Amino acid sequence: MKLTLHIWRQRDRGDRGRFVTYRLDDVSPHMSFLEMLDVLNEQLVGRGEEPVAFDHDCREGICGACGVVINGLPHGGFPGTTTCQLHMRHFQDGDEITVEPWRSKAFPVIKDLVVDRSALDRIAQAGGFISVRTGSAPEANSVPGPKEAADLAMDAAECIGCGACVAACPNGAAMLFTAAKISHLGLLPQGQPERERRARNMVSAMQREGFGACTNYRECEAACPKRISINFIARMNRDFLKASLLHGRERGGKRQAR
Amino acid sequence: MQAALSFYGTAVGKKMVVAVTGLFLFLFLLIHMLGNLQLFAGPEALNHYAAFLHSKPVLVWGFRVLVAGAFALHILATLQLFLQNLGARPVPYRVKRTVEIDYSSRTMIWSGPLVLLFLLYHLLHLTVGSVHPDFSAGDVYRNVVTAFSLWPVAAVYIGANLLLGFHLKHGLWSWFQTLGLAHPRYNRWRNCFAWLLALLLATGNIAMPVAVLAGWVD
Repeated sequence: MKLTLHIWRQRDRGDRGRFVTYRLDDVSPHMSFLEMLDVLNEQLVGRGEEPVAFDHDCREGICGACGVVINGLPHGGFPGTTTCQLHMRHFQDGDEITVEPWRSKAFPVIKDLVVDRSALDRIAQAGGFISVRTGSAPEANSVPGPKEAADLAMDAAECIGCGACVAACPNGAAMLFTAAKISHLGLLPQGQPERERRARNMVSAMQREGFGACTNYRECEAACPKRISINFIARMNRDFLKASLLHGRERGGKRQAR
Repeated sequence: MQAALSFYGTAVGKKMVVAVTGLFLFLFLLIHMLGNLQLFAGPEALNHYAAFLHSKPVLVWGFRVLVAGAFALHILATLQLFLQNLGARPVPYRVKRTVEIDYSSRTMIWSGPLVLLFLLYHLLHLTVGSVHPDFSAGDVYRNVVTAFSLWPVAAVYIGANLLLGFHLKHGLWSWFQTLGLAHPRYNRWRNCFAWLLALLLATGNIAMPVAVLAGWVD
């Protein structure tokens, strides 16, 4: 199939960037979207031009490295699909495809389609952990927890941190990512001791990074390649509210002198 | 105080302020509508209700102060969130498509200010009476009927309440989500609830100008 590609090219952070149009003549429908870009890059290198930079790693939809906005939708907008798992058979011969990087103040473009997503790492660092003793792995069944909670935690833990939720949100909010990270630990027994602190610290960290605010548009869950539900955003809000209301209040386990 | 400030400093905290004040304003609107629907019970019922309210200045003014405070917080927090959102994507997309957004969620930021403009007009029109062509304090029934007999005035009221209905449809659904009231067992009812109450309020309010225009009330 023949394709016309409009791809965002930007030399570095300081460059203003622009769209450049490329034509590809011999695209196999069996290729993934990234393989199609590989073919383009081989041709560019052959012509002595700079290849298009894009992030990728596992190419099997589980690492969260890839991700570009394809014709206005992150990862191309196919349900539960990352860019690397999107195949060219979904496009028609003669299609025009616009490829843009994630657009967010918190995700500065490093080069072409590659953005710096360390803002998400900093949110995770603010509370996306549990404190355990080091040493040999504990016996798995020594901490009982309900099956339903474990399943729900796994749904949240599927988040690969690709940033499609931010890219899709008309407000550029990172609520779905943060909610998934808060929920997946908050649902498990091992995550309870730090649950309230986690909710407050991660919500505050999200604020510091310059993300937008949620307007309940639900675009994030539609774009999420792991189909993570906005129910987790409600759960985050619940945890955050409880943590804020009760923060520092539960003192006085001992009788105080009047 | 420190805790309240750090709560309000986050987008989630501001959203909760918008949600709680929004619900309070909705409850006010509901009471306001139920009171006004006495228009259909005739001049005596409505004027008597108005006289009863004015005989309790502490109640009326206390309520006005609360409603004004809720409005101020609702608008301030929304404005701050709006500015935060404006700054969150400095370089726009060339092509942007959406999947889930509906009309009412997309227009929240416009339906809000427009309803506020209408509110100012409404206060000058039927509370203060300064933009009413023939206002007589105390005779609420006559004020309403003469006002809505002019079709442009009735049209403004009908249009504003349609906008308000859309604003409430998204707002009432969002109320649950923002305050963390979500559970798979009840989630599908949240949308029904929002539609139903938004429709109830819009229909009740629109019924009054329509009834005057149609000559059912005179």
